Amino acid sequence: MRREAPKSIADYTPLFFPGLMLVVFFVVPFSTMIAVSFFKRDPAAFYTPDFVFENYARFLSTFFGGVLGFSLGLAVLVAVCCVAIAFPFTYLLTRSPRAVQTIWLVCLLSVLSLSEVIIGFAWSTLFSRTAGITNLFVWLGLMQEPIALLPGFGAVLTGMVYQALPYTILVLYPALVRLDPTLLEAARTLGASPIRAFFNVVTPALRNTIVATLIMVFVFALGSYLLPQILGRPQHWTLSVLITDQAIYQSNTPFAAAMAVFLVLISLGLVGLTLLIGRREAAA
Amino acid sequence: MSDTFLRRLYFVAVAIFLAAPLVVVAGVSVNEKQDLAFPPIGFSLSWYAQIFLDPEWRRALIASVVLAITSAALAVAIALPLAWFLWRRIAPWANVFQLLGVAPFILPPVITALGFLTFWATTGFYGQPWTAVISHAIFFVTLPLVTLSLGFASIDRSLVEAAATMGADDRKVLRTVVLPLILPYLVSGYAFAFVLSLNEYIVAYMTVGFTMETLPIKIFNALRYGYTPTMASVSVFFVAIAALVFGLIARFGDIRRLLGAMSSDAN
Repeated sequence: MRREAPKSIADYTPLFFPGLMLVVFFVVPFSTMIAVSFFKRDPAAFYTPDFVFENYARFLSTFFGGVLGFSLGLAVLVAVCCVAIAFPFTYLLTRSPRAVQTIWLVCLLSVLSLSEVIIGFAWSTLFSRTAGITNLFVWLGLMQEPIALLPGFGAVLTGMVYQALPYTILVLYPALVRLDPTLLEAARTLGASPIRAFFNVVTPALRNTIVATLIMVFVFALGSYLLPQILGRPQHWTLSVLITDQAIYQSNTPFAAAMAVFLVLISLGLVGLTLLIGRREAAA
Repeated sequence: MSDTFLRRLYFVAVAIFLAAPLVVVAGVSVNEKQDLAFPPIGFSLSWYAQIFLDPEWRRALIASVVLAITSAALAVAIALPLAWFLWRRIAPWANVFQLLGVAPFILPPVITALGFLTFWATTGFYGQPWTAVISHAIFFVTLPLVTLSLGFASIDRSLVEAAATMGADDRKVLRTVVLPLILPYLVSGYAFAFVLSLNEYIVAYMTVGFTMETLPIKIFNALRYGYTPTMASVSVFFVAIAALVFGLIARFGDIRRLLGAMSSDAN
């Protein structure tokens, strides 16, 4: 059947329910949140309607600046680690037999769908003194006695890389699986070793994909709200953790909303940048 | 050949990294006594029985499963007409709705969660169990929307054309030709939303966290207020469900295509 423009109002009926749901339960809550970010805090209830900038003014404190800087730095580090591990891996995966690919994809999806609570719990167990990996090192004779590897920055970073790695692989997968195989054949015919072909041909050809993936993973890592809390100390808390903390434990919804609006602006800006890169790649 | 060896080594290293925490959790879950020891001391499956026997864990399990079943169904109910309309009609402005459907998934989850918190608090429904169903449905509508869009894109339009020439109207074409063709994509979309809803913590916590415990909320509370090996057995149980569901999708559908392996699916 040809696609055709809607001729009458009746043709629009399928849009009615999805449109209504998305507007009422996504656009309106989103706008409510923006509105609340200008409200005044009310310790007795959630907030009282007002129009103040004091929630945004708190951004100017050194504490907030520190948290923001740490969040951004951590997300960059996670994105770089993930892409560095995932890019060669995904490349090798797309060169594997289909059955192998399918098994890996099922495993990756299973890990990706894991609750952050479960990931946090699993790594806190793995890094603990009683049940942790150091027991294995002691058994192997590498260490004198088991130690706890958390809370600490290393634990937070490992947990977040673990959480974002399946995501990174699945974002890279379509681009790598569709890579023109003749490109590599040509390199090999001209005498390049597989490793050299990978670094000198595949990597430059997918430069834009790599940059776009870095940004996607960066935004994904910014969203991590529990791992820094479970695996780190308070100085390792990120913006997402702080928003949760303010909204739930400090009952300061307006301040949480102001920080959330700020996080949206950063994320949207970066996602927009990714789309722009994607468009340039399509045009090239 | 050294190439193959290096490749295997790399695969094994990634596999160990991904599996290690789960292996430890699986080990902890079979401890005989109530301690989180690894390697486990003794062997017992009683912590798995706890999920179903202990009234609190069972209540959380039921709450989670009911939430996942209903919210995934609602997500599909929102995504299906939208995806069908976008495939059937030329209406560029309607793409706004597609964007709205994808947005909650791309933004950091805390933002969507906080949006729902302020919304339900303002409307006075904060804490009602059904608010979590709607919140999850909106949060995960992206998944059925993406799989269904792939499904519609894969339909050979000449098939539909033939049915229309034979005199079938829109409704009949939809029922007899289109729906059977996109059924696998519909099922995968539902399954993705189901598994993710089961595992979701922050949106559930910010909407109904104080009135109802889903399994992730229960695990988190146990993490704060006292460890028990049941947390480990529930985690293993969740991994098993996810692996089972995605395994079934891979067995009966084309998971590589769903994840973007074919170039024809990109619009």
